[in-house]
Amino acid sequence: MDWLTGMLADTELRLTAVWAALPEFVRFVLVDLFKILVVVVPLFIAVAYFTYWERRIIGWIQNRLGPNRVGWEGVLQPFADLIKMLFKQVIVPGNANRFLFLLAPIVALIPALAVWAAVPMSESFVIADINAGLLYVLALTSMGVYGVILAGWASNSKYAFLGAMRCAAQIVAYEIAMGFALVGVLMAGGSLNLGDIVRAQEGTSVLSWFLWPLFPLFLVYFISGVAETNRSPFDVAEGESEIVAGFHVEYGGIGFGLFFVAEYANMILITALTATFFLGGWLSPFAGVPGLAETWIAAPSFGWLAAKMAFFSFCFLWFRATFPRYRYDQIMRLGWKVFIPITIVWIAVEGVMAAFEIGPWAAGI
Amino acid sequence: MPEIQNFTMNFGPQHPAAHGVLRLVLEMDGEVIQKADPHVGLLHRATEKLAESKPYNQSIGYMDRLDYVSMMCNEHGYVLAIEKLLGIEPPERAQYIRVLFDEITRILNHLIWLGAHGLDIGAMTMFLYCFREREDLMDCYEAVSGTRMHATYYRPGGVYRDLPEQMPKYQKSAKRSAKEMARLNEAREGSLLDFVEAFADGFPARIDEYETLLTDNRIWKQRTVNIAVVPPERAMQLGFSGPMLRGSGIPWDLRKTQPYEVYDRMDFDIPVGVNGDCYDRYLVRIEEMRQSTKIIRQCVDWLRDNPGSVVLEDRKITPPRRIEMKDDMESLIHHFKLFTEGYCVPEGEAYAAVEHPKGEFGVYLVSDGSNKPYRLKVRAPGFPHLASMNEMVQGHMLADVVAVIGTQDIVFGEIDR
Repeated sequence: MDWLTGMLADTELRLTAVWAALPEFVRFVLVDLFKILVVVVPLFIAVAYFTYWERRIIGWIQNRLGPNRVGWEGVLQPFADLIKMLFKQVIVPGNANRFLFLLAPIVALIPALAVWAAVPMSESFVIADINAGLLYVLALTSMGVYGVILAGWASNSKYAFLGAMRCAAQIVAYEIAMGFALVGVLMAGGSLNLGDIVRAQEGTSVLSWFLWPLFPLFLVYFISGVAETNRSPFDVAEGESEIVAGFHVEYGGIGFGLFFVAEYANMILITALTATFFLGGWLSPFAGVPGLAETWIAAPSFGWLAAKMAFFSFCFLWFRATFPRYRYDQIMRLGWKVFIPITIVWIAVEGVMAAFEIGPWAAGI
Repeated sequence: MPEIQNFTMNFGPQHPAAHGVLRLVLEMDGEVIQKADPHVGLLHRATEKLAESKPYNQSIGYMDRLDYVSMMCNEHGYVLAIEKLLGIEPPERAQYIRVLFDEITRILNHLIWLGAHGLDIGAMTMFLYCFREREDLMDCYEAVSGTRMHATYYRPGGVYRDLPEQMPKYQKSAKRSAKEMARLNEAREGSLLDFVEAFADGFPARIDEYETLLTDNRIWKQRTVNIAVVPPERAMQLGFSGPMLRGSGIPWDLRKTQPYEVYDRMDFDIPVGVNGDCYDRYLVRIEEMRQSTKIIRQCVDWLRDNPGSVVLEDRKITPPRRIEMKDDMESLIHHFKLFTEGYCVPEGEAYAAVEHPKGEFGVYLVSDGSNKPYRLKVRAPGFPHLASMNEMVQGHMLADVVAVIGTQDIVFGEIDR
């Protein structure tokens, strides 16, 4: 076996030499490209299986089976759907603005993927560890709505137009509530960096998560997240029984597919962000439990983040199967008259708590 | 300054919430409806005209296809009108069977309504829950008539045949395990009446289940309370009937006010609404399902104890038994005459109405003494309801149009006929 180890060592040496010989810039790009792949490929797989689980779970809730024919128990169904959508003809309606019509799905998808750059997956892994991560996330999540508005406008259809208008108004309302909820997180975490926010929740046990002191903000944030991703019961922009499919009524094939992927990527993002901001991201809920210390259960890892994300994803589906749809003006009322006041009040409460060093601020920030 | 105009929008006929082929031309100021103009006729099949060219007993099947979610009630109206003209009355057992199936049909209709109304407002799980119960009732239809939908079970002079002694069972198949089959057949071991009784025992709990999902749901209430309010006077002026009228607070139900068949012997209540909005109409229909269950139970009890004939033995009106035709010349002739030219009905006119799940379903028959109706006019309950669409949705938003279509429980089979 000596020759083999020798050869391997030799190859390793050569590769290291080649790597070292590469210019700094190229090495940087290669490393980042690799990191992006590590995030985006699993993300796409997650989107695919989110759609699968959505159909299965809602199927079970509704006393039916859901897709169970393609592959074992239907596990290949998302790929069958993907292939179907890829091979469908792209139809541009006659009176549509061709350029904007084709641009819209792309505009919707790009921010939905780009925003993942700032989301920390674990203690050590994040594509871009930027200081203003929270601002970046807020900025990019609100970018997605441009795709929707463009789609509604460019389709030149009244149904799509109504959907786009509803979506625009809704995003404005909920973006503010969401922003204020994050101000609370910012005050508690003392940083705009998502990784630092998670680290600020590190403590003796689950009780140091922001979930407890910021509970109203947590609710507002998650519900706003559901609204922001146009999911039931806030799915008025699609509202299939009112405006058929809303903004994407004229899209078929892969154009629709891109919107679909963007929507699901955004949903998964909201679950990841909720976990990061309020449930201590990659931290283990069993940290500090006597007897479990030093075991893998208490150790922080990506697995815990994934588990929290799975829970919130399930909530998305659960809501969809349970609730009727809000009317458009009721959504606006909820956003402006309920959520925004709640967040503002709670920020004030938090300020008082911080000033007088109550609760989690007892030790001082 | 550019002039700001309302815009018109075509709602349907290809629309998931159009309940078939409703086409509404909406004039909207933003999302607010200024005017709703329903266009009808896309499902016109000339049922009334067709009936003029057929012997009386051959149009019963067409009646099923009017309101295709409450089939037997339509038949009932038609059959009652013929019986009125002929001056006959079916045997008591047939009357009980008719009441039993009228109430099964009412639940059938209200289940579809609840599911569709829920789905329209976004509660999609309701739809599948309702279909779960609906399946059992469809099996009752199938057990007595052989078909799940268009039963043609009621006949002038009674019903097609007596209730089966043995409820049909699920058969073995490659897709069904023995355990699952046992579960499916659990309630099917006995007769149809046992099956219906088992259903009536379990159904109120299922209604509770629907109610937990909707009745106190804040979103559901926001979507239905104070939507499309119809004051009682206006409801009468518009010609409302059924739950639409009772939702506005008027206790008018033909089963109580003009009892037909054996409804006067039944113990049940008529729920009425208070505010006349979508929510009240929802509550009225939910309660009607409970009351129907009560009536079904009474019918089952009576039918158990009182066997007997289910159709008149008058061979001029009802077909002879198969077995008789084998060796009886007269029976064979009766059979041939009945199924070729039918029977002649005395000259005159008759109007018979039943309390259909959607309202007053009336059939007006004019006879010129021949074997075919001179004129058949169907009074469909949905028509006046749809006609009030404009009034009901004005000033509401687009999403409420869908709620109103749902609350009106529109089926185009009967409106377009």
